[in-house]
Amino acid sequence: MSHRSLFAGLALLIGASLLIGAGEVRADGDGLWLIAVSRAPRTAAALLAGAALAVAGVIMQMLARNRFVEPATVGTGPAAGLGLVAMTLLAPAAPLWLKMLAATLAALAATAVFLLMVRRLPPRDPLLVPLTGIVFGGILGAVTTFVAYENDLLQYIDIWMTGEFSGVMLGRYEFLWLAGGAALLAYAYANRFTIAGMGEEMSRTLGLSYGQVMALGLGIVSVVTAVTVVTVGMLPFVGLVVPNIASRLRGDNLRQSLPALAALGAGLVLGCDILGRVIWHPYEMPVGTVLGVIGAGVFLWLLHSPRAHAV
Amino acid sequence: MPSRALILAGAAYAASALAFLTLGARGDWGFLLLFRGEKLLALSTVGAAVALSTLVFQTITGNRILTPAIMGFDALYVMIQTALVFLLGGVGFASLGALPVFALETALMVAAATGLFTFVMGRGDDMNRLVLTGIVFGILLRSLSALMARMIDPSEYAYVQAASYARFTNVDGDLLWIAVAVVLAVGALVLAQARRLDVLALGRATALTLGVAHERAARRLMWLVTLLVAVSTALVGPIVFFGLLVSAVTYQIAGTWRHAVLLPLSALIAAALLVASQTLFERVLSLQSSVFVVIEALGGLVFLYLVLRRTPR
Amino acid sequence: MIEMSGLSYAAGGKAILHDITARLPEGRLTVLVGPNGAGKSTLLALLGRHLAPGGGVIRFGGRPLEDWPRAELARALTILRQATRITPRLTVADLVAFGRYPHGQGRLTPEDRKIAAACLDRMALTDLRDRQLDTLSGGQQQRALIAMVLAQDTGTLLMDEPLNNLDLAHARRVMQVLRERAAAGRTVVAVLHDLTVAARYADHVLALRDGRVMAEGPPDAVFTPARLAQLYDAEIEVHQIGGRPVILPI
Repeated sequence: MSHRSLFAGLALLIGASLLIGAGEVRADGDGLWLIAVSRAPRTAAALLAGAALAVAGVIMQMLARNRFVEPATVGTGPAAGLGLVAMTLLAPAAPLWLKMLAATLAALAATAVFLLMVRRLPPRDPLLVPLTGIVFGGILGAVTTFVAYENDLLQYIDIWMTGEFSGVMLGRYEFLWLAGGAALLAYAYANRFTIAGMGEEMSRTLGLSYGQVMALGLGIVSVVTAVTVVTVGMLPFVGLVVPNIASRLRGDNLRQSLPALAALGAGLVLGCDILGRVIWHPYEMPVGTVLGVIGAGVFLWLLHSPRAHAV
Repeated sequence: MPSRALILAGAAYAASALAFLTLGARGDWGFLLLFRGEKLLALSTVGAAVALSTLVFQTITGNRILTPAIMGFDALYVMIQTALVFLLGGVGFASLGALPVFALETALMVAAATGLFTFVMGRGDDMNRLVLTGIVFGILLRSLSALMARMIDPSEYAYVQAASYARFTNVDGDLLWIAVAVVLAVGALVLAQARRLDVLALGRATALTLGVAHERAARRLMWLVTLLVAVSTALVGPIVFFGLLVSAVTYQIAGTWRHAVLLPLSALIAAALLVASQTLFERVLSLQSSVFVVIEALGGLVFLYLVLRRTPR
Repeated sequence: MIEMSGLSYAAGGKAILHDITARLPEGRLTVLVGPNGAGKSTLLALLGRHLAPGGGVIRFGGRPLEDWPRAELARALTILRQATRITPRLTVADLVAFGRYPHGQGRLTPEDRKIAAACLDRMALTDLRDRQLDTLSGGQQQRALIAMVLAQDTGTLLMDEPLNNLDLAHARRVMQVLRERAAAGRTVVAVLHDLTVAARYADHVLALRDGRVMAEGPPDAVFTPARLAQLYDAEIEVHQIGGRPVILPI
């Protein structure tokens, strides 16, 4: 799959996204306003979130040295939510950026704990890693639900538990550019992450500070996850499925594969969002739910396809 | 002569049951006992169902970090529920009655379990792949349910929502008696196979050498396990990690490998744990939350501990 | 040149190395031999600064090893450990190119590309350069790792069982490369389990047993039946065939 066909496909999706939706778009002032205020920001949000989450996913996979992990499923996502809930309880009037900071810190802590746990797992048993992550994420989710329930915030967490773009408008999504920026940072340091993916020993041999790369990766993953969760909610499977597919198509030399990977992620999320708009037109299905079905399906295929046995 | 552990567990259960029934009671005793009694019965039945199904499942698969629910059966249950409401409408669904729905759901779950199980036995030791498959399949089904749920009229959604989270707030009366009957029957059947389970616990190869048809026995037991899972899910909703907690505690205090002791012990422990924690939540701490959230979190911690400790680096 | 004195290391409550004092000269191919569990791999890991010693001192290039800044050390010393497992999907060319990382932080200059290509060629991997690592045989992967280490172009090379998975022809190729590098003035240290190969190529031998230095010196001093019997607790014959030593257990 060449870069050109990838970006052509993406362009098509962008076009579709601008034209499809609950309201009709006519070639007049109203139509353009609709596009400018709602459709274009929504499209941008989907592209940014998709690209950033895919990049965050591959970074986590390099750090954990395992192909079946991603922030949404191993606890980073739920932790961000927990941070958000905690902040809402402690300081309800806090500005959005402060809430995002709380979410980022919580995500960081949870991911660090997860990676520490991963070190203790036997390398001969690679599937134990995602299993452990899922349970860990489940526990964090349970804690969040408990806290929310006790404080009458259940409705609130429902909003970010399932990601959706229907609320995105001009002025209500700009933080996602931060996530995009984090992904770009990852690209700048792509070689370091590839080396880190080869293990701590190899990193040492090549003179890389494994700890520094870990910290940078943790930071990027946490920021991307927290920003996405707070702005549009949780988008599952993007960080897991897209890197796996990109790896099969282009390998793991991140400096070379990251652009295609980001494009795939952007395309997946935008595609699912468009799907969510047309399945039950004019009603909208949240993109998080659509991703839950499609992403899970692809994950199952990845688990059982012939090349899965060289995890 | 009953083992010490059994006596202790029995006493613990009796004590917590008593506390549950009597603590903080004000007003009409007759009504209260009836009301609480029903709840007590529900808790005990679910506890027993989860405990027995988990224990038997772990013996069959030879793996202590698995529970049958981890395979995604609970999600299958929710999806069937959602699909039925989606297809028949709220009224149509309600008019079906508890028993036919339960029968349908159980039949489908047994079919899925048999399918998954033959898959397991065929694959041998790639347990982790199987469990991961089950979990992801569960997520897939849950998302499908969510998708369908969105297409259901909001007024009918209540039927579906009730099925999605484990709770004890409104246990269906009819269903309770069916559940009790099923659990008692299945429990007796399982207990009758206690000796065979002991042999199965030795592993496939040894079992075959000792003349136990491992596959056949395991498959039959699997049906019983699925029945128990179906019952507990139908009664109170999905429970995934509680069974791990129970089984870990049981093996810890049992002091024997004999299933004749392990089975009733686990049921008593599970029931005692559920009743005691519900009492704690409702009466002492006055928390509104479902006790299950905490119990599942605890069970999850047990899972992590088990996974992380068996790896001497 | 690497000097160590009083080096010791323990892990998991067990002492692995005791009081190792030795000198690994430059311009020489030093071979590390000894029975299983003698501590050879551990010693190499300590020299490569993958582990921190429990006691004693390692001096590298006249300075204490721990004083070397990370990046500088990577340009001066490289180590190939046993059981190196590469999980990312990389092509052979990619992997070898990463060997140049310490010299440019990832931006490959034409000079880098030339060096990488030369190392690929030296390991007879030019035809396999665009193949993915996980589609290769164990021996091919091993050669790719060695090519990467060569591309790093350091003055000191530490290799732990570099001939694993390699057939006769490729093993000989690797030993010849190592000897070339030593002859060019570099410090080359290799752990080898095949004593015949060791005797054939070594300029200097360090023999370990139970975490201690049992013998150190030129090959014909260390590879005598008496010494070897002491080292391996077994009767070992040393023959000369065509002027070359052949070492066999009895």
